[in-house]
Amino acid sequence: MDQPEGSQLMRPAREVGLIGYGAYVPRFRLPASEVARVWTEGASALPIQEKAVAGLDEDVATMSIEAARNTMARAGIDPTEIRAVWVGSESHPYAVKPTSTIVAEALGAVPNTQAADWQFACKAGTEAVQAAMGFVGSGMARYALAIGMDTAQGRPGDALEYTAGAGGAAFLIGPAEEALAVIEGSYSFVTDTPDFWRRPHEKYPEHGQRFTGEPAYFKHVTTAAQRLLEFTHTTPADYAHAIFHQPNVKFPQRAGKLLGFANEQIEAGLLVGEIGNTYAGSAMIGLTAVLDAAKPGDRILLVSFGSGAGSDAFALRCTPVLAERQGRAPKTRDYIARRTEIDYATYARLRGKLVME
Amino acid sequence: MEISRHWRLQQQRYGLVGEVCPHCDIKIFPPRDVCPNCAGEAKTLFQFSGRGEVYSYTTIYEPPEGFEGNAPYTVAIVKLEEGPMVTAQLTDVDNNRVSIGMPVEMVTRKLREDGKRGMLIYGYKFRPVWSHQSANQLAA
Repeated sequence: MDQPEGSQLMRPAREVGLIGYGAYVPRFRLPASEVARVWTEGASALPIQEKAVAGLDEDVATMSIEAARNTMARAGIDPTEIRAVWVGSESHPYAVKPTSTIVAEALGAVPNTQAADWQFACKAGTEAVQAAMGFVGSGMARYALAIGMDTAQGRPGDALEYTAGAGGAAFLIGPAEEALAVIEGSYSFVTDTPDFWRRPHEKYPEHGQRFTGEPAYFKHVTTAAQRLLEFTHTTPADYAHAIFHQPNVKFPQRAGKLLGFANEQIEAGLLVGEIGNTYAGSAMIGLTAVLDAAKPGDRILLVSFGSGAGSDAFALRCTPVLAERQGRAPKTRDYIARRTEIDYATYARLRGKLVME
Repeated sequence: MEISRHWRLQQQRYGLVGEVCPHCDIKIFPPRDVCPNCAGEAKTLFQFSGRGEVYSYTTIYEPPEGFEGNAPYTVAIVKLEEGPMVTAQLTDVDNNRVSIGMPVEMVTRKLREDGKRGMLIYGYKFRPVWSHQSANQLAA
């Protein structure tokens, strides 16, 4: 059924949902106290406990491949049935050459598929999910794969260096009747807000310090969430879990409180304290941790945020098949528990911060 | 380095895709189109499970050109559960924690960069088994 004229809720003509989900977090962890030790003699307040750091042989392509393999293990479908492989990131390995074709080739999804890379700071992955909803919901495709993955960089000593992490998640979108979670609707709220950017050929991003809070993160996240609740005739009490984009621990906690969610509703999906801000992967990997723990019938609210700026909000409802697919791949908490602590010097080597020539 | 050579090898390198002999059912890696066991034609593609164990290994401290950034790293001969032996780098493991017989699983990683401006080359490496194991434990 088409949406009525003037409707701002996005819901495809054919009901769609998540057929599979999968996460990836690299094994290295840099404690925020290490960044503080090197740059402020330990004087700074720590926004998180520690962040995940990619190994020397890892990038958004390899991390997307593992998350996608976990997703396909849960979905249990033939990869040649996929008609779109979309990767959202702000750290694609090439400036020009798609990450998505590498992922599609490794999955065995080529050549009868669409493939593209997406970009919108930290919400590049959830946009790909919305596009996949349209692809599947229109009947153009039966299955589409949407990935949000990043190996984020912060300038040495900058506030972002404490939190800029590595990781992300992949979702296979397909018909609702096969889904482990049905997507009941989505809503996007976007304005031109210059809170964070990176110019071409620059290695590190710039940000508007405190401007990144109220006019950027909070305005977009809370408005997107409130409107979606309104359009779906639901209240915070209807949701077992809520996940908000997580640049640090405080922002999503405060957004949840402003909207009327209790701490118990946001804790299962709040991973930033242990893996850092995984940018395009941040809200999406929070959803994978929630799906690992959720029960059939649970409703989940997901709200991403991308600087520049905008939020994509989703209302999901878990189905009875969730329980049989949860154990088919490693849980997100398994990846978080797989942990090798490193010091700042090793971090500098792994992230290419040492001048070699 | 030749782009065409990497491109020809990417299917086997990204996903550990080999061949199975239609005559004697032996699994073949890398693919060679002729069965090393019965000498019959063998062009049927076969997706390996990626599971195996370390048959032997050594740690490289003086790497060849193109691998300097990763040293020291461990290279192993891995005996795949379907039979063939492959040589590959190990990853996600400390060099002093490797042992003969250690169960490993395939992951796709960046093998190297062809200089600062050249292409990125991806392919299989192996790491100590943990994901299949945990998945099986959860299923049990």
